[in-house]
Amino acid sequence: MVNVGVNKIATQAGNIRLMNNLEADLRDRLNKKPILLMTHLVLGYPSLDTNYEVIRQMAENGVDCIEMQIPFSEPMADGPIIVAANQKSLSKGITVEDSFQFAERVIKEFPQVNFLFMTYYNIVFRYGEERFIKRSTDIGIKGFIVPDLPPEEGETYIRISKEHGMAPIQFFTPTSSDERMREVAAIGGGFIYCVARRGVTGTKLELDTDLVQYLQRCRAATELPLAVGFGISSREDIQMLTGKVEMAVIGTATIRLVDEKGADKVASFMKKLQ
Amino acid sequence: MKKGYFGQWGGMFVPEILHETFMQLIEAYEAARADSTFWQEYLEVMANYSARPTPLTYAHNLTKHFGGAQIYIKREDLNQTGAHKANNVMGQGLLVKRMGKKRVIAETGAGQHGVATATMAARFGFECVVYMGEEDVIRQRPNVFWMEKLGAKVVPVRDGARTLKDAINEAFRDWVTLMDSTHYVLGTVCGPHPFPEMVAWFQSIIGQEARRQIIDQHGKMPARVYACVGGGSNAIGVFQGFLDEDVELVGVEAGGKGLDTGQHASRMKGDRAAPGVTQGYKTMFLQNKDGQMIDTHSIAAGLDYVGISPILADLGEKGRVRFEAATDTEVLDALTLTMRTEGVIPALESSHAFVQAFKEAPNMSPDEAIIINMSGRGDKDIFTIAKAYDDPSWKEFIISQADGFRK
Repeated sequence: MVNVGVNKIATQAGNIRLMNNLEADLRDRLNKKPILLMTHLVLGYPSLDTNYEVIRQMAENGVDCIEMQIPFSEPMADGPIIVAANQKSLSKGITVEDSFQFAERVIKEFPQVNFLFMTYYNIVFRYGEERFIKRSTDIGIKGFIVPDLPPEEGETYIRISKEHGMAPIQFFTPTSSDERMREVAAIGGGFIYCVARRGVTGTKLELDTDLVQYLQRCRAATELPLAVGFGISSREDIQMLTGKVEMAVIGTATIRLVDEKGADKVASFMKKLQ
Repeated sequence: MKKGYFGQWGGMFVPEILHETFMQLIEAYEAARADSTFWQEYLEVMANYSARPTPLTYAHNLTKHFGGAQIYIKREDLNQTGAHKANNVMGQGLLVKRMGKKRVIAETGAGQHGVATATMAARFGFECVVYMGEEDVIRQRPNVFWMEKLGAKVVPVRDGARTLKDAINEAFRDWVTLMDSTHYVLGTVCGPHPFPEMVAWFQSIIGQEARRQIIDQHGKMPARVYACVGGGSNAIGVFQGFLDEDVELVGVEAGGKGLDTGQHASRMKGDRAAPGVTQGYKTMFLQNKDGQMIDTHSIAAGLDYVGISPILADLGEKGRVRFEAATDTEVLDALTLTMRTEGVIPALESSHAFVQAFKEAPNMSPDEAIIINMSGRGDKDIFTIAKAYDDPSWKEFIISQADGFRK
């Protein structure tokens, strides 16, 4: 097995841990700014042209990672806004092939951004795990977020991803025990996606003591960078997270913004956040 | 083999946020399964509350009509709420009591599972929310009425095709929010482990009874057993009584308007389904080449679903269960004949099993017996069946009723 682009870093405990491409890039960026920004969009919603325009504005305004969701007919872990976006994209006929071609284009044009694919497992499974991961690697995708594939079922996916130097992003959740967090972290790569609360995507949460304690538990369980999102919409929200996690995730907010005010408002929103 | 797998099918594809919830459920289920007093309590509840054992009726007139195999009908229609769904919900209800949870949620297509869950919740004192595709809420209005009268809250689901699969997605979205207080009473032998195995266990009561009953009445094992297959819970239930015997097991899927029309819900029969993973498990799904689920059609809402039990996918792949499909038209003919000759009214779902049995019985020998699992009764589906028959006097009646309400 060849570890493509893997660096070794010394952990706090003095052990040597392997660090993949994405994590190494995030560490570099963290030397220059205190907290990173990841955004999300659904491919094909409202259109690939709008996706392109949104990505351009994000890329030009300091976004570090973009998760591009390949639409799926059964988006079980998503809330109403993203569910509707998936459906509308599919009803316009967006295919997995369209998603790959679009991804290839934006990755070439905006090399300053780390692009990840977010989707549900059936999309990967039907395409063929190895083929999906291989093609994603070839076009320059840095990692995958697949919410309905727990590590126990994703052994092959995790192994092949790592062989290609890809980050199979794993999740921490408020219901995860400390032991489970450590178990999951040992398998993960790139960063850990910390689900901020019970429920589906798209609802606002206060940064209360429960959340702070949860983030402390997350921090204690891994040395991987932590990403968290909870309805972030202002610079103050992001400032509150600085020092607690490495990356803030803007999920539903940009979809809502584009729906309500149009794609050309994305740049000013991104500027306002940083 | 990994837990929760049946051959290559099944598994536990759940979001990380439900990991602990599933660990707790598996623990409670395995403890119940290891405790013989649990099954004893279950049998008592089913006898006392749900008229079990249900009869195995010898269909004298149908047997004579076809002049072949001896036809027996397993009467799951005589359960509480009129279908085999009660077997599963009462079992899960007892488990919920053990887990100390106070709220149950369910998905429902035709509404049978929703009504059954609502009765269980009323009986055990649980709060109950039922998710139902908006399309089905409109098609199955009488069941919505009963669920609400039983104290359940019915939530219409407006996503996707607005049918059963969308109701399942929405139930999962509820569960990832309120998992601490809530148990999801999944209605069939699908979904993530332990649901297929657990629901199959509760439904095995059908096969256990049928096995004893056919030996009592016919003196030996039947040659074939027929059951309709949506998710597959009634089929798994009855088949489990005969898996180790030299009995041919026949699952009948929804052929809709015909397998060649694309308007059906047939996964094992026909060539439109492919292996896939969604709704927490791996099975044969009706999907396109990208892996997007496609719209299904059946005259019977309870069979109108994209996936099939991983247990049945495995038994089908191994050749232990033979799959056939019945079209909407064939279903109405079989229903009519069964009503006229035997005076029983099978549900549209169950009528699929009758179709295939009727095709095969004439070619069998009179010393062979067949069992048709009548998973539910049809008279409670009067609106659906009357519509399927396009019955003129019924239409007049509905119009006059509606006029009465308008005054």
